[in-house]
Amino acid sequence: MDLLNALVAFANFVFVPAVAYGAQLALGALGVTLIYGILRFSNFAHGDTMAFGAMCTILVTWGLQSWGISAGPLPTALLALPVGIAVTALFLMATDRAVYRFYRKTRAAPVILTMASLGVMFVMNGIVRFIIGVEDINFADGARFLIGAREFREATGLDEGLAIRSTQAITVVVAAVAMALLFWFLNRTRTGKSMRAFADNEDLALLSGINPGRVVMVTWLIVAALATTAGVLYGLDKSFKAFTYFQLLLPIFASAVVGGLGSPIGAVAGGFVIAFSEVGVTYAWKKVAGYVMPENLQPDGLAQLLSTDYKIAVSFAILVLVLLFRPTGLFRGKSV
Amino acid sequence: MMRNALLFALMAALFVFTGLTQSWNVALTILNMGVISAIMALGVNMQWGYAGLFNIGVMGFAALGGLAVVLVATPPVEGAMAAGGWRILGALAVGVAALVAASLVWRRLPRFRMLAVLSIIVAGFFIFRGIFDPGVAAVEAINPTIQGNLGGFGLPVLLAWPAGGILAALAAWAIGKTALGLRSDYLAIATLGIAEITLAILRNEEWLSRGVKNVIGLPRPVPYEVDLQRSTAFVDWATGFGFDPAAASSIVVKLCYLGLFAVVLALVMLLAELALHSPWGRMMRAIRDNEVAAGAMGKNVKARHLQIFIIGSAVIGIAGAMMTTLDSQLTPSAYQPLRFTFLIWVMVIVGGSGNNWGAMLGGFLIWWLWVMVEPMGASLLHTLTAPLPDGWAKAHLLDGAAHMRLLTMGIILLLVLRFSPRGLIPGR
Repeated sequence: MDLLNALVAFANFVFVPAVAYGAQLALGALGVTLIYGILRFSNFAHGDTMAFGAMCTILVTWGLQSWGISAGPLPTALLALPVGIAVTALFLMATDRAVYRFYRKTRAAPVILTMASLGVMFVMNGIVRFIIGVEDINFADGARFLIGAREFREATGLDEGLAIRSTQAITVVVAAVAMALLFWFLNRTRTGKSMRAFADNEDLALLSGINPGRVVMVTWLIVAALATTAGVLYGLDKSFKAFTYFQLLLPIFASAVVGGLGSPIGAVAGGFVIAFSEVGVTYAWKKVAGYVMPENLQPDGLAQLLSTDYKIAVSFAILVLVLLFRPTGLFRGKSV
Repeated sequence: MMRNALLFALMAALFVFTGLTQSWNVALTILNMGVISAIMALGVNMQWGYAGLFNIGVMGFAALGGLAVVLVATPPVEGAMAAGGWRILGALAVGVAALVAASLVWRRLPRFRMLAVLSIIVAGFFIFRGIFDPGVAAVEAINPTIQGNLGGFGLPVLLAWPAGGILAALAAWAIGKTALGLRSDYLAIATLGIAEITLAILRNEEWLSRGVKNVIGLPRPVPYEVDLQRSTAFVDWATGFGFDPAAASSIVVKLCYLGLFAVVLALVMLLAELALHSPWGRMMRAIRDNEVAAGAMGKNVKARHLQIFIIGSAVIGIAGAMMTTLDSQLTPSAYQPLRFTFLIWVMVIVGGSGNNWGAMLGGFLIWWLWVMVEPMGASLLHTLTAPLPDGWAKAHLLDGAAHMRLLTMGIILLLVLRFSPRGLIPGR
């Protein structure tokens, strides 16, 4: 019984939040890794792209809500998501036309593109703050919980409750669908294959008649979809605040590097590695330990390895370990 | 040459213009921060312009400089060392020893080294926490409303400036050791990370920096305005020239700071120029332009990169210490990456990467713009929205003026990168 209680406590405080967070990170890291693989630079504007997409979705959500349209138990934001993706895609393609295309044409060094992405980040950040402000915005509506802690306790008779918020469940489902679609697209469709060919060897791909403009456009489209979805899911799960998305940049990059930059499957794995380490290291394990350990061995403190303020240090430490011991990442990305 | 002199003259004219139209007090405030920004831009320029290293952790190095001021200049807190200070230092020593042992084991042990390293790190961490936590609790319990930290050495505050450089250099050494020699983007990501972690430490470790409670009233290297106003000699002198003593005292204090900062700027500039035009500078540029060729000529590319990364970060650390001295307080929550990292980058790119004079000019110019864009944007929006009826939309637009500077800086950066990538004063 104690063991079951410990398991439930673990699931409630570590497993469920980490899976949801990991899915959000994985979606973000997929975007970073796609840009890295196909457009060949590290896009520091990615966090703010997520914020931009989430902002568009929130605006549409408000519009829908004011017309009295809702998705029943699901958050209205899911209905608004396609519009948000479309607007973000248009914005990203305009950015590509105005900024990145020039450097691609002149074959500038990747670091110049990265620096241009810093400029784009500034502009996007300014636009987001200008339009929606810097306040905390909570736009989740619909049912709060898939399983409530009390119902779970009553149904199972355990001391520990397991609560799954509907936003967490939605995050996992939506992320799974998005990833399945992406992998199907990359591996099965003609366009997806041409994108992978372009990523592997640009010159060879051009020789075999692949249209680079089309590849780039489709890439931005997919990145917009991934980034907006990730941004909206994160915003639903926590809340929307313009500058928290900038701080997501480090865990997202850590996920992409841990998995191996340029490797989509690596980005997904990296996202979950980072999420589980962050949540695991900053969780106070006292409760779980209280169930499994014998009385006299129990810790007197919170048994928390690091305070939650150092979450970011965890992703950084993992990043450094990977850089030291396996710079190409778990799945042999194309770095170094 | 004429062009450069003209650019600097224009820059000076901007400050004189500010002084004439607003007040000399405002102009000097902007100029003082401009000097500090110019020094930071020089540091970034060494890393990027000389060597092509992409450091986006400027904020972290500047904050370390600020920490140095607290550690060097504040008086020690009574009894803090006895209560828990030694425990904390001991714990930190244990932590460092564990890391050193782990790296030694990794290098020496023929097999099972992963297991050995992991167990050393885990054991080291728990011993560290075991010694560390009671010490922290004891120190933070001392008079928590105004102290609760270890304090510093109570040395003259000017010593904190080189100390800030040394702290930043140590951090740069650790980062450079791991991330240099890999692709250039990795250094960017690693520096971004170390900056965030530095700030997380400053915000949370109250025994060190009082966290978000801030350290206020840091000692100043120049007299206080109040003391000047009380001194009859100063009041006589000011009234003799027909100045208001209160206004004069604040301007004199700012001029004193300006003098100190100008000396540092001149020193950094002199050393930077000498270095850039020495054989060492030529070697750095050769490495920047073609690493493979420079390596083939027998230059140790990684070691030179590490060297310039440390030197540049130290310069940023010195500037960070100067800034905290100017504010005479350390407010960890005031460090924002957009303000402290990316703004400095805009300065370097706009001024001209690879050229010290360009970076300096960029520092002054962009800092002036950064301060001025907000009122300019606000008045612009006021004019634009004047015909609109009062209401939600107008209020929203006016609120947005505060965010105009991000947008402006981003657009300036993109335009310069696109149309004039070598900047105002191009490097050779």
